[in-house]
Amino acid sequence: MTRGLRRSFDVLVVGGGPAGLAASVRAAECGLRVGLVDDNPSLGGQIWRGETTQGGSDAAGWVERSSVVGVQALSGTRVFHYPAPGTLLAESEDEVYELSFQKLVLATGARERFLPFPGWTLPNVMGAGGLQALVKSGLPINGKRVLVAGTGPLLVAVAAWLRRQGANVLAICEQASWFSLARFGAALLHHPQKLGQALSLRGQLAGVRFLTSCWPMAAQGSDKLEAVVLSRGERVVCDFLACGFHLVPNTELAQLVGCQTRGGCVQVDEFQQTSCAGVFSAGEPTGIGGVELSVVEGQIAGLAAAGRRQEAVRHFQQRKKVQGFAKALDRAFGLRQELRTIARPETIVCRCEDIAYHHLAEHKSWRVAKLQTRCGMGPCQGRICGPATEFLFHWNPDSVRPPIFPAQLEHLAWIGCSGECGAG
Amino acid sequence: MSKAAYEVVIVGAGIVGAACADEFARRGLQVLVMERDALASGATAAGMGHIVVMDDSEAQFALTRYSQRLWQELQPELPDNVEYEQCGTIWIAADEEEMEEVLRKHESYGKGGVPTEVCSAQRLKHLEPNLRDGMTGGLLVPEDGVLYPPSAAWFLIGRAQQHGAQLRLGASVVEIGQGRVRLRDGSEIRGDIIVNATGASAPELTPGLEVKSRKGHLVITDRYPGFLRHQLVELGYLKSAHSVSSDSVAFNVQPRRTGQILIGSSRQFGVEHKEVDQVILARMLERAQQYMPTLRGMLAVRTWTGFRAATPDKLPLIGSWPGDKSLFLATGHEGLGITTSLGTARILVDQIMATEPEIPIEPYLPSRTAKAYLRA
Ligand SMILES: Cc1cc2nc3c(=O)[nH]c(=O)nc-3n(C[C@H](O)[C@H](O)[C@H](O)COP(=O)(O)OP(=O)(O)OC[C@H]3O[C@@H](n4cnc5c(N)ncnc54)[C@H](O)[C@@H]3O)c2cc1C
Ligand SMILES: Cc1cc2nc3c(=O)[nH]c(=O)nc-3n(C[C@H](O)[C@H](O)[C@H](O)COP(=O)(O)OP(=O)(O)OC[C@H]3O[C@@H](n4cnc5c(N)ncnc54)[C@H](O)[C@@H]3O)c2cc1C
Repeated sequence: MTRGLRRSFDVLVVGGGPAGLAASVRAAECGLRVGLVDDNPSLGGQIWRGETTQGGSDAAGWVERSSVVGVQALSGTRVFHYPAPGTLLAESEDEVYELSFQKLVLATGARERFLPFPGWTLPNVMGAGGLQALVKSGLPINGKRVLVAGTGPLLVAVAAWLRRQGANVLAICEQASWFSLARFGAALLHHPQKLGQALSLRGQLAGVRFLTSCWPMAAQGSDKLEAVVLSRGERVVCDFLACGFHLVPNTELAQLVGCQTRGGCVQVDEFQQTSCAGVFSAGEPTGIGGVELSVVEGQIAGLAAAGRRQEAVRHFQQRKKVQGFAKALDRAFGLRQELRTIARPETIVCRCEDIAYHHLAEHKSWRVAKLQTRCGMGPCQGRICGPATEFLFHWNPDSVRPPIFPAQLEHLAWIGCSGECGAG
Repeated sequence: MSKAAYEVVIVGAGIVGAACADEFARRGLQVLVMERDALASGATAAGMGHIVVMDDSEAQFALTRYSQRLWQELQPELPDNVEYEQCGTIWIAADEEEMEEVLRKHESYGKGGVPTEVCSAQRLKHLEPNLRDGMTGGLLVPEDGVLYPPSAAWFLIGRAQQHGAQLRLGASVVEIGQGRVRLRDGSEIRGDIIVNATGASAPELTPGLEVKSRKGHLVITDRYPGFLRHQLVELGYLKSAHSVSSDSVAFNVQPRRTGQILIGSSRQFGVEHKEVDQVILARMLERAQQYMPTLRGMLAVRTWTGFRAATPDKLPLIGSWPGDKSLFLATGHEGLGITTSLGTARILVDQIMATEPEIPIEPYLPSRTAKAYLRA
């Protein structure tokens, strides 16, 4: 039976990516009791995961600093509920944690956006980051033919990485036009570090076709992926399609806590404080901006949460510099209208509940479609089809309810505070 | 202001308003339904969809039984997405005292023509292997069923529209009576008959109505096909759920066609906000785990709340509102409005069209509660 554990912190940070690591370190350096919860087995978030043991890397540096200053890390532990002010509930495989805090930093990152097209639910069609994660956890990719498609800088990063792992990357299909990419490239000139990364990735991808204004029209195959038809008419035979349409901020926890969002991002002030006093947010929940922005926002949030506003202010200049990159990202990788039309009437949009496009198209809002079709009501709780329908039908997402991730029933029933009927 | 006129204006497009619209329209009346929000987005979106015969009182039995039969008759016409399944209810007896209730119910249902089967502990275990050991027995009511309420309401409204009814969404009504319906935007619509079918909001439009909001919580799990076969309800329900004063929880679980398990239920008075209340949620889930310990490790996917429209005598208000010949009520269905929506619509329209109702209507007439109000 489950064990219930209670922990209390001056500052609790949710999300152990670059933003969360930076926030927790800076707050702990101020002498506070700091907790850092992350749902992956190891810290680092989307980009640093798996690099935290490589000496000399940024990732290793922050993780090392966090253990030196005594950040209490709870890895493999996912926050699912905000049952009472100042308290979050989190679960690991066999434990439930009641985490109480004075200040909270939400650094929950982002996820890939998927758009439905015929065949996108076939086995071996996956997200770009998703395929990367699978390979990291052991999927053999050596010599496999991989097509990378969608939009955003992640495509290039993942393609280069997959190639280093021995994959035969056939092409990268970027829906953005050559013109917007060129403008983006020019913007990178103001961000030498980013430009350096980009050039090095280009180098690693020498010989790989890079197709702009190109997107997948259909994935074909009987029981798994065999080929992809591209918008330019070409049919590419391949083993894997790694396909994502940029990133969507993870704002569910912030919304559950009551923080205001706008345009899909958590609203924060200059100290990264949300509309809820004492609740801060840093990194991708506040907007997609890349790792440097996550780190600097994390530092500001950590310092501000620790009450060190003067010190936080010192990072404002640096944040301003990298924010330009975030704006350039938004401009360059906006989704083109044609993508609204690639789904066929019978194309599945909600994978959890098997809801096809035409079942949704007859409804006027996300809420009504949810009620009548149960779109978005499965285990992923609309994380995949929500952003897709937002784009396809201009629907606004619904309010958020606990649990924000599926949670074990007895963990959801946890009520440690009064002890009257806790689990265990 | 221009005044459109209809024979019937129904305010509220929950399952009750939808059923009434369908009944009026199919009998040839010209109907307008006004809904301030989305179709079936109130209690109907939150309810469990258990189509159940209950016998807290003779009148409750009559209406639930009648309505259940109407659902059965409708079954061939119900589209697949209504997910109507005649899975049966088992009332669970956890001790000897509750087993006596099983026997009483068996007899009382039998008299009313509802087949039931008294189950021994062993038989119960056979029917529902995931119940914990040590239950005393149960009562199987095989003709009870479940459905998905929002789709049922959608179907009823759709059928009403096929018979000429009109539906106006986003129409917030602020005043009704004396043959008029006034909207928030100031416009007015005339109706010979106006039906207040606004569920727990009914007193906002009909002041003096003794209808109170009773909050309920539900939880739904991930898919576990075959785990649960019948709707299971504890008989302690009768002791706890109907206590009018205090918060209560009861073991009440429902198998969905998807293999998901819907877990209820809680009852709270005097709570206005929709947010999930951790203390009552935890009590409710704890209760469920007491009856089905293996629920413990299952994944809960969502929780939500809804408001039942409760009356002091636990019976709905169906019929004309004294003092206003144009005004009729169809509300106060508490935890049974999905079931009783069809019966409600029938006997309301019977009253208005002066056709012979199939069950006595007196117990549901609003005049029974209005007297006190009018005197005051
Ligand atoms: C799938 C994917 C792959 C990516 N790959 C690359 C890449 O190869 N190269 C690159 O330059 N950029 C990549 N990015 C972009 C990169 O994520 C960001 O630039 C940067 O990592 C953002 O840092 P962050 O701290 O804001 O968020 P993240 O690094 O995303 O960290 C957030 C962390 O919070 C955790 N979390 C979220 N909710 C909860 C919860 N309720 N309870 C517990 N933990 C929670 C997440 O699992 C995650 O570990 C990728 C992004 C995604 C979504
Ligand atoms: C947790 C829970 C579990 C339940 N389980 C069951 C069950 O298993 N079986 C069962 O039979 N019943 C069950 N019920 C009861 C059932 O859900 C209700 O009795 C039923 O849905 C009531 O329907 P209604 O149409 O009267 O009300 P509602 O569905 O609330 O509809 C009223 C409508 O009126 C609209 N409205 C309100 N005011 C205005 C206005 N001024 N202008 C315009 N429109 C307005 C609202 O927006 C709403 O759509 C349950 C209820 C709850 C809360």
